[in-house]
Amino acid sequence: MSSRPALLRRLGRYYLLYSIGFVSFVGLLAVAEQFGLTPRWIGQIFLFSTIAIYAAIGVMSRTSDVSEYYVAGRRVPALFNGMATAADWMSAASFIGLAGTLYHTGFEGLAFVTGWTGGYVLVALLLAPFLRKFGQFTIPDFLGARYEGHFARVVGVFAAVLASFVYVVAQIYGVGLITSRFIGIEFEIGVFVGLAGILVCSFLGGMRAVTWTQVAQYLILIIAYLVPVGILSYKVTGVPVPQIMYGTVLRDLGVKEQELFSEPRENAVRALFRVRADEYARKIADLPASLAAERLAQVQRVNELRSQGAPARDVSAAERQLRDLPRSPDEARLKWERVRQESLARTVHPPPHAEPHPGHDRAARDIARNNFLALTFVLMVGTAALPHILMRYYTTPTVREARSSVFWSLFFIFLLYVTAPAYAVFAKWEVYSSVVGSNIASLPHWVASWGKVGLVRIEDMNGDGVLQLAELTINSDAILLLVPELAGLPYVVSGLVAAGGLAAALSTADGLLLTISHALSHDLYYKMINPAASTQRRLVITKSQLLVVAVVAAWVASMRPDSILFMVGAAFSIAASAFFPALVLGIFWKRANKWGAVSGMLAGMGITLYYIVRTHPFFGGSMAEAWFDISPISCGIFGVPAGFIMIAVVSLLTPPPSPEAQALVDYVRLPDLHGRAPTGENGL
Amino acid sequence: MDDDKDAERRAYWRATLRLTAGLLVVWAAASFLPGWFPDELNTLTFFGWPFGFYMAGQGALIIFLLIVWCYDRWMLRLEKRYGLNHEE
Repeated sequence: MSSRPALLRRLGRYYLLYSIGFVSFVGLLAVAEQFGLTPRWIGQIFLFSTIAIYAAIGVMSRTSDVSEYYVAGRRVPALFNGMATAADWMSAASFIGLAGTLYHTGFEGLAFVTGWTGGYVLVALLLAPFLRKFGQFTIPDFLGARYEGHFARVVGVFAAVLASFVYVVAQIYGVGLITSRFIGIEFEIGVFVGLAGILVCSFLGGMRAVTWTQVAQYLILIIAYLVPVGILSYKVTGVPVPQIMYGTVLRDLGVKEQELFSEPRENAVRALFRVRADEYARKIADLPASLAAERLAQVQRVNELRSQGAPARDVSAAERQLRDLPRSPDEARLKWERVRQESLARTVHPPPHAEPHPGHDRAARDIARNNFLALTFVLMVGTAALPHILMRYYTTPTVREARSSVFWSLFFIFLLYVTAPAYAVFAKWEVYSSVVGSNIASLPHWVASWGKVGLVRIEDMNGDGVLQLAELTINSDAILLLVPELAGLPYVVSGLVAAGGLAAALSTADGLLLTISHALSHDLYYKMINPAASTQRRLVITKSQLLVVAVVAAWVASMRPDSILFMVGAAFSIAASAFFPALVLGIFWKRANKWGAVSGMLAGMGITLYYIVRTHPFFGGSMAEAWFDISPISCGIFGVPAGFIMIAVVSLLTPPPSPEAQALVDYVRLPDLHGRAPTGENGL
Repeated sequence: MDDDKDAERRAYWRATLRLTAGLLVVWAAASFLPGWFPDELNTLTFFGWPFGFYMAGQGALIIFLLIVWCYDRWMLRLEKRYGLNHEE
């Protein structure tokens, strides 16, 4: 094995060459586009060539050594572990969704930006160095050793699998979304192509292959994220540093917003939406008579058109409308209520982008503020408790490197999160100032092509042929892809962005799948069911678990479950309330014992799940049941304190932990020494 | 393990705890104050940004980076001072 500085230099050289290679590849495609390469081809070349790169790295790093497979041999330098963690961390939701969320919610969306970065302070100060010193393989490993026995380990395995599975389904769903919308292959096929890319890596090389692939994926995703908005910033302000320039654009945007909101035609359209909402309210009230009347009217209209010999296109449009009519009064109630809600939402102006905690009165503003703070808190604590992130800090050579590796992780994540608000502001500025108010007949081509896939919708309510803000709907997922179009960039940049989104989703899915399969095979099988298993057998079990979990996750994702974003939020709350109190107290409070930890984890998780069921419509709950008007996505705000209190109370009521467990606490608190752990550094 | 070394290690841990607590206070302030007092902060302007928006969208992130960087530096110094820096 080469010495550490030499390894660092060699890796640096490889990845530099790789980045240059990738950039020239994109340049080559750009030239080919000028010579007539079609967007469809560009998209597919990006999809398959990047997956081929990841697979090649996976094959090159294949391994059958246990330490290599679980923790990449514990010799990943801090800088590269930081990049890998960043790719592991930034999911499809961060890459594709965040800019859109910020576009639509303005200040309120910043809870995601602070929440998803601030959690790393907790990781650095409270967890990473101590877990590295402990030096085993999984998070349930730590719980099992510190809280003496299988009980805590089992609860840990359950929580890790639950949180990671929910999260991995969302990632695979994201892969399907990207491939189907932006590359133009079918959703289900996209899911399985992505799955193949994920499996080649994690299956052959475990943590080692996943680490080096994630570094490669990080480089692609960060290039793809920074380039388009940099060019748009150059176009708007003359300086290609959007993170610095968006302040002044935000100020101009505020002026533009006031202008648009007071425009008479704009308000006329909003009034028309009010009329439509009222109309639907009446129709809903008159059910089922209104549905029958509607059907009769449409049948008459079709017959009338036919007898008049109207153009075939008009007839078939009328027929389609008749076919799409709700079949039963219940279906009509649901469908019309949705239209009514949508119309109602458009009767008011969107809140100004920079306005914090919007609401019509003091109480509504306070509720918005409380939810903002609760969401920030849950995202931070959740970040510091997601097992696939914490696991990465087992892979550095020393405690010292674990600490600086958290710094690098945060730095690489920072680059993306600090850019996301700039994306939203630049996109909004361009839409408000050059798309809104233009002639509907002469809108740029992306409006039509994205209209077909439902990402953009326009409806000329007042029939004046000019696009008003209220007549335009843009899907959150489209904002990121909108920026290259607004900047007038060739399609190759859009393809690059899609490849970046794919890298983000695949890298996160890789890390999550490893976490789940390690929890099942290492913690459940090896540590509890068959401790005598041979190394060979353990790896076979791990790999087969990985395959099963991946296929099940892809199967769930291909059924396109609803409210996927909500599920991701739930994963954060589950992880936060189950792990954070037990891990932190396990390191900082010697008196915390087995009974306290187990009851605290169960109580935290229980309250979180109970609150979700109580308040989320998916489970038949309603916000009327909410405590302090906190929305279900932030349910961890109740689970985390409950977990802390429960651990403290129950620990004090039961006998203190054994001397061995207390010695373990002393051991993890000290930095690297020559001495070995009570359990042994390589305690296999 | 002799008592001398033991006392030194306890002192090291107390210093670590003090540092951690201090940095956590900074973290909490950077995380939650901009969300709690956005209107008050927004009366100031910072290179075009309303200051509350800037803090939540960028300022807090820079503070987080600084916290983690300082923690790494300070812990190195602590390790040296208490003679725990055997590796490397």
